[in-house]
Amino acid sequence: MGDFLHMGGYAFYVWTSYLVVLALLLWHFLAPLNRVRSLLRTISLQSDGKDAKNTGGQV
Amino acid sequence: MTPRRRQRLILVGLLLLGVGGAVALALTALNQNINLFYSPTQVVAGEVPKGATFRLGGMVVDGSVRRNPGDLEVWFDLTDTAEVVTVRYDGILPDLFREGQGIVTTGNLVDGRFVAQQVLAKHDETYMPPEVHEALRQANADAYRDQAGKSSGQ
Amino acid sequence: MSSNNTAPAPTGRRWVWFHRFGSPAWIYGFSTRWAPVCGWIAVVLFAAGLYLGLVVAPPDYQMGDSYRIIYIHVPSAWLSMSSYAAMAVAAGVGLVWHLKVADLVARSIAPLGAMFTFCALFTGSLWGKPTWGTYWVWDARLTSELVLLFLFIGYMALSAAIEDRRTAARASAILALVGVINLPIIHFSVEWWNTLHQGSTVTQLGRPTMDTRMLVPLLVMFLAFNFYFAGAVFNRLRGELLHHERRTRWVQELAHG
Repeated sequence: MGDFLHMGGYAFYVWTSYLVVLALLLWHFLAPLNRVRSLLRTISLQSDGKDAKNTGGQV
Repeated sequence: MTPRRRQRLILVGLLLLGVGGAVALALTALNQNINLFYSPTQVVAGEVPKGATFRLGGMVVDGSVRRNPGDLEVWFDLTDTAEVVTVRYDGILPDLFREGQGIVTTGNLVDGRFVAQQVLAKHDETYMPPEVHEALRQANADAYRDQAGKSSGQ
Repeated sequence: MSSNNTAPAPTGRRWVWFHRFGSPAWIYGFSTRWAPVCGWIAVVLFAAGLYLGLVVAPPDYQMGDSYRIIYIHVPSAWLSMSSYAAMAVAAGVGLVWHLKVADLVARSIAPLGAMFTFCALFTGSLWGKPTWGTYWVWDARLTSELVLLFLFIGYMALSAAIEDRRTAARASAILALVGVINLPIIHFSVEWWNTLHQGSTVTQLGRPTMDTRMLVPLLVMFLAFNFYFAGAVFNRLRGELLHHERRTRWVQELAHG
C-alpha cells in the first residue's frame, strides 16, 4: 500500500493529476442535474402564479 | 433541401475552404518558426541564428557524456546521425537524460560548441515494462554477437 | 414557434427520424432515460480502468510510475478533439437546418470539451515536469491544444454574450466551424514539425508501440471517458432544453407532473 501511494517517487505528479481530473469529471456530471431540478421547480412556481394563458410555444 | 438551406450549406462549405486555405498558407510560411529546435546538421551548415539563443535537438551520442568531478558541469555530443555538436551544460539534468536518448536543449554557440542553459529530455512513443526491455536488449545483443561471430568466421 | 409543429408533412423514413431528433420533448425523454445508463457504465469502466492502470500495469522501463498519467491524459486529449468535432457538427447542422435541438447539443458539449482540454493540458504538464524537465514548452502540439481550449472558451463566451438565441447560435456556429481547422493541426503537429511531445502510440494503422498489459487499461479508460461524455452531454442537454423551452406546453406539464 505504501509503495502504491509512493508511485516510485512520482506521487505528487500522479495523484494530483488523478484527483483533479476525477473531481472535475464528477462535478461536471452532477452539476447539470442540480440545474434540471432547480429549473423544474422555478418553472412550476412561476406558472402557478400566473394562469395558463402563456403556455403557447415560444422560441 | 430548400434553396435557402442549400445556399447556407454552400456558404458554410466556402467558409471552411477559405479558412483552411488561409491557415495552410500561413503555416507553410511560418514552418521554420513552428519547429521547436534546430538539428546538428543545421548548426554545422550555419543555418542557425548567429549569437542568438536557440534550441538544439538530437540524440546523446553513446559514451560521449563526460562529467566534471566536483560540480554539475557535463559535456556530451549531440547527433542527428549525420553531424555532431558538442554541448556543455551546468545544471540538473531531467530524469530521462541518458546516452542514446533524444533531448532538446536551449542555449547558444560559443566557438563552435553549444553552451546550454536548459536541457529537456524527449521521450519516444514506446512503453514497456523493464523486464521486456531487458529481454529485447538481450535479444539484440545476441543477434549482434551472432552476426559478429559469422563475419569473423568468414 | 415551437419546433414541434413546424414539420411540413414528413415524407419517408429519413424525415420521420429527422423530425423525431428535432423534437425537444422526445430528446428530453431520451436524455433522461440514457444519462444514468451511460453514467453507471462509465463508473464500472472507470473502476476497472483505474485498477488495471494504477495497480496491474507494470511500470515503464524509462519513466517508472510517472507514465501512469497517460491513463487520464490520453483519453482526455482524445475526447477534447472528438468532442470539438461533435460540437462543430451539431453547430453546423443547427446553422444549416435551423434545428434548435442541434444548437442546444453544441451548447451542451462546449463546457465538457473545455474541461477535457483543460485536463489534457494539466495532466500533460504534470507529466512533462518529471519526464521532460519542464511543465510547459511552446511546441506545436502543446500550443495547438491550448488554442483548442481558447476555441471552446470563445464558443461559450460568444453564445452567452448574444441575447437572441438564434443570432447567438449562428455566430458561435461559425466560430466552431472555423476552429475545425485546428483539429488536423493538433493531430499531425508531432509529424509535421519537430516537437518535444512524442508521436502517437496508438494509431489506426500498425501495431501500437506499447506493451499489452499497459495498453488494455488505456483502452478501458478511453471507453469509460466516452460513456461518461455521452451521459454528461445528456445531463447538460436536459437543462438547456428546459431553459429554452420553458414556455412550451411539454415543459409546463413536466414541471407540474
